[in-house]
Amino acid sequence: MQEHHDDSDLLVILRHAPHGSSWLREGLDAALVAAAFGRRVSLLFMGEGVTALLRGQQLGPLGQKGTAATLEMLEMYDIETLLVEEQGLSRLGLSSDELMLEVECLSPSALARVLSGHRLVLTF
Amino acid sequence: MRYAILLMGAPYSDQASHSALRFARALVARGHRLEAVFFYHDGVYNAARLAAPPQDEPHLVDAWAALANEHRVALQVCIAAALRRGLLDEREAVRHGKDGVSVEAPFELTGLGQLVDIGTRCDRLVTFGP
Repeated sequence: MQEHHDDSDLLVILRHAPHGSSWLREGLDAALVAAAFGRRVSLLFMGEGVTALLRGQQLGPLGQKGTAATLEMLEMYDIETLLVEEQGLSRLGLSSDELMLEVECLSPSALARVLSGHRLVLTF
Repeated sequence: MRYAILLMGAPYSDQASHSALRFARALVARGHRLEAVFFYHDGVYNAARLAAPPQDEPHLVDAWAALANEHRVALQVCIAAALRRGLLDEREAVRHGKDGVSVEAPFELTGLGQLVDIGTRCDRLVTFGP
């Protein structure tokens, strides 16, 4: 993992599940725009936010667009650092094998290092 | 220091808007420069021109406008989040064929790129949310 960051690097923390609110979608929108503007963006999925990465997330029955398609596009935007809170997964009885993308699982101490390593953090 | 605020809580529903406004006032009172407030998620409702709270409650929309006019603070509203929630300035109202305008100066509809820009440009970006 890269421990050194430029001042313009951005950490986007996603803490909400894909359905039930617009937090995840609006957080991802911010990440994509930042990447499109040339920032190096890392995503950190915490708490219920880890469920965004579960395979087979469908469109919501309420006409939401769904976020799986956006997650599949991350690579195109050069968003390659995908971090997951280890405790977030285990609390929900999930393992990283069940996720649709390759991620790096972070212990609490690694999490603290990532947070302190970024000057700019947006939390959704 | 140069500050910016990201506000994501709806006015009157959450404490976020009240706290953000007090923080903004405290910043300028201490001699700091507040460059911009960026309204995103439900925070965009802070820009609702038609808000009419009871007279014995703080008028948040007017309070933001006063802050902007007194201290040259840019009030930037995410256009995508705003349009979805019925917040349109004159240009967008025309573009979408609506006969009412719900956002006016000093609030301005702008893109998320502005959020990235102020986050990079300012010494501190402080988030208020529910």
